[in-house]
Amino acid sequence: MNEPPLYLDHAATTPLLPAAREAMLEGLDRWANPSSPHRAGRAARAALEDARERVKAALGWQGELVFTSGASEALAIALTRCRLAPAAVSGVEHEAVLRHAGEARKLAVDGNGLVVEPLPAGLVAIQHANNETGVVQPIDRFAEDVRAQGGLLLADCAQTAGKLSLPDADLIAISAHKFGGPIGIGALLVKDWATLRPSGGQERGYRGGTENLPGALAMAAALEQGRDWMGSAARLRERLESAITAAGGEIVAAGAQRLPTIGACRMPGVSAAAQLIRFDGMGIAVSAGSACSSGSLRISHVLGAMGMQDKAASEVIRISIGIETKDCDMGRVIAAWRKIAGKASLAA
Amino acid sequence: MIYLDYQATTPLAPEARDAMLPWLAGPEGMGFANPHSPHRPGRAAAAAVEFARDKVAALLPPGGRVIFTGSATEALNLALLGRNWKQVAVSTIEHAAVLDTAQASGAAVHVLETDGDGLVPGNIAIPSGTGLVAVMQVNNEIGTIQPVAAIADAAHATGALFLCDAVQGAGKLAPPEGADMIALSAHKLYGPKGIGALWLRDGIELAPLIHGGGQEGLRSGTLSPALCAGFGAAATLASARMEADASHAAALWVRARELLPDWTLNGSASQRWQGNLNLRRDGLDVARLMSDLRDIAFSAGSACASGSGRPSHVLRAIGLSDRQAKSSIRIGFGRYTAMGDLEDACARIDAAATAQGV
Repeated sequence: MNEPPLYLDHAATTPLLPAAREAMLEGLDRWANPSSPHRAGRAARAALEDARERVKAALGWQGELVFTSGASEALAIALTRCRLAPAAVSGVEHEAVLRHAGEARKLAVDGNGLVVEPLPAGLVAIQHANNETGVVQPIDRFAEDVRAQGGLLLADCAQTAGKLSLPDADLIAISAHKFGGPIGIGALLVKDWATLRPSGGQERGYRGGTENLPGALAMAAALEQGRDWMGSAARLRERLESAITAAGGEIVAAGAQRLPTIGACRMPGVSAAAQLIRFDGMGIAVSAGSACSSGSLRISHVLGAMGMQDKAASEVIRISIGIETKDCDMGRVIAAWRKIAGKASLAA
Repeated sequence: MIYLDYQATTPLAPEARDAMLPWLAGPEGMGFANPHSPHRPGRAAAAAVEFARDKVAALLPPGGRVIFTGSATEALNLALLGRNWKQVAVSTIEHAAVLDTAQASGAAVHVLETDGDGLVPGNIAIPSGTGLVAVMQVNNEIGTIQPVAAIADAAHATGALFLCDAVQGAGKLAPPEGADMIALSAHKLYGPKGIGALWLRDGIELAPLIHGGGQEGLRSGTLSPALCAGFGAAATLASARMEADASHAAALWVRARELLPDWTLNGSASQRWQGNLNLRRDGLDVARLMSDLRDIAFSAGSACASGSGRPSHVLRAIGLSDRQAKSSIRIGFGRYTAMGDLEDACARIDAAATAQGV
C-alpha cells in the first residue's frame, strides 16, 4: 500500500539536478567574498563572473545579467527601477508583477489567457508562460509592438527559462529553482543598462548584497544540463490529459500553445481543495494554482481573467512534470484521478 | 592561504553545511520542495524553515519576529525604505547599505558624528523630528562596539525608532538592547551566503519592497530551506560558542598586538570586537604590501568599498588624514584561525612593511 511519494508540482519548484548540487557543494567550500581584493576574493570573483558568462551562454542571452535572490526580486528591480514607469501588465501575471503594477493598466486576455488588447507605450510586463496553465504568450510580437512606440517589454520567464528559448524582451526575470538550480538565486537579464537606474552596491551597482557564489555556480550547472526533455514532457502530458478528458475532466486552454510541463485540469464537481487532500493522502503532490497563493481559498485570478466561472475555477488543479517524471508516474496519477472522480460521481 | 578577512565573510561552519545538505536533495529525497506548497513535502520544507527561524530568533531579543531576506543589505533597505521616514539620523561610520540607502530614501538625513575612538557617544543629541535612528552594533572596518542601548534610549526619548545593523555583532555579542529593528547576515556568522534577516519588534509596521506571493508577509520570493537551515544551525552554534569564540579572538588579538608593536591601532582598544585589528603605519603602501603577501588574505577597509580607491569614510570619520587612512590595513580573525597561522602572517606583514622602509 505504501507507495513512494510522487511529486508532480514541478512548477512550484523542481529537485536540484545532480550537477547543480555538485556545483553548489563545491561552491560552499569557496566561501571568500567575491568583493574582497585578496587572492581568495579574486578567485571567488573570477568564479562568479565565469558563472555569469555560462548562464548567459546557456540561455543564449547577449545582454547583461544581474544575479538576484530570485525572480520576485528581479521583477521588483525591473518594475521599480526601470526608466519607464509600468504602463500595462497582463491580467494573468504572477503576483510578483501584479503587486508592483500600481496604476498600470491591466491588459485583458482571451479564453486561452492570451493578451488581446493593443499595447500602450511605456514599460509593459507580460509573462512568457503562465505558471498555472502553461499558456505561452507571443512575446516576440509584443516586444515589436511595444518598441515601435518607444516602450520596453519586461517578460517574467520564471517558468520557461531553461525549458524554452528566451523571448526577445528588454528585461527578463528568471529563477534557478524552477529549472533544477537551487532556491535563493535568480537573475534579471537586461538588454541595455541605460534602461535601468542603478541602486549602488554589488552587481555593477544594480543589486546590493554579498553575492551568492554557490548559488550562481549551481544555476549555471543546471542550465547546462539542457532542455532536450521537452518532447518527452509533451508526450507524458498528452497521455495524462487524454486520460483525464476521457474520465470526464477538462483541460484548461487545451488548444493553446503551452509549456509542455504544465497542465491545468478541472475535475467537475470536486473542489480543488478536496482533490488536493485526496491526492496528498495517496502520496501524490500536485497543487491548486501557484504555491504562493495556495493555502488561501481565493479563486485563481488567472482563471478568472480567462473568463472561467468561480465554481469551475475552484475545481482546477495543476499537475506539473519534471525531468525525472516517468510514464508509470502518469499511470499512477491517472488512476488516482479516476478514483477521486469516480467516488465523486457515485456520491452524486 | 592564511585567511584574515573575517569581517568580509566567514568560513561556512561544517555544522551549518551539514544542516543544509538534506535540503539540497534531488528527486530521491523530497527535501527539495517549495516550503509554500501545501502538500506533504512542502509542509516538511516549511517546518524546516520555521525550525530555522526559531534558531535565528534565539540570537535576538524576545518580543519580535524574524523576516528572512536575501541579505543584510536587503534587510536594511527594507527598514529604511519600508516606511516613508521624513527624517533619519545615521552614524557617520555606518555601512554603505545604510548610508547610501538613507540618502536615496528621500528623507532628510542627519549624520551622527563619532569621536576619535570611532564611538558614537551614548548621550548624543538626536534632532527633534527624527523618525528613525540607525547605528550599527559593531563597526565592520574598525570593530568598535557602539553603546547602542544608550543610543536606543536617546532615539526613543525623541520619539524615534532605533534600527541596529548587527551584521558584525550577531552571534558574537548579546543582541543590541532597545532596538526596534535589527539586521543580520548569515555569512558573517559562519552561515551561508544568500540569506539575511530583519528582526522587527512586535507592532512595527513596514511596507514590502519585494512584492509577490507574500511568503514572508513583508517579503516575497520562495524561501530556500537549505539556506534557512544553514543560517539556523550557524546561529545555534554561535550561541553555544559565544564565550569560546570571544576568548579565542581575544587570545589571537593579544598575540597579534605583541607581534606588531610598531603599528598604531585605529579605533578604541577597549570598546571593540577583538577579532578585528585595524592598524596603520605611516607611509605604508598597502597595495604593495598586499601584492608582496598574496597568500595572506587581509584587507584595506571593507570588501564592498575595495577597488574604489577612495579612502575609507570610517577612518576619515575618526580623524585620520587621507594619507593615514590609505596606510591602514584590516586583519580579521575568528573561530577557525589557528594561532600559528596568525603568528606567521603577523611576522610576514611586519617584515614586508619594514622592507618598505616605513
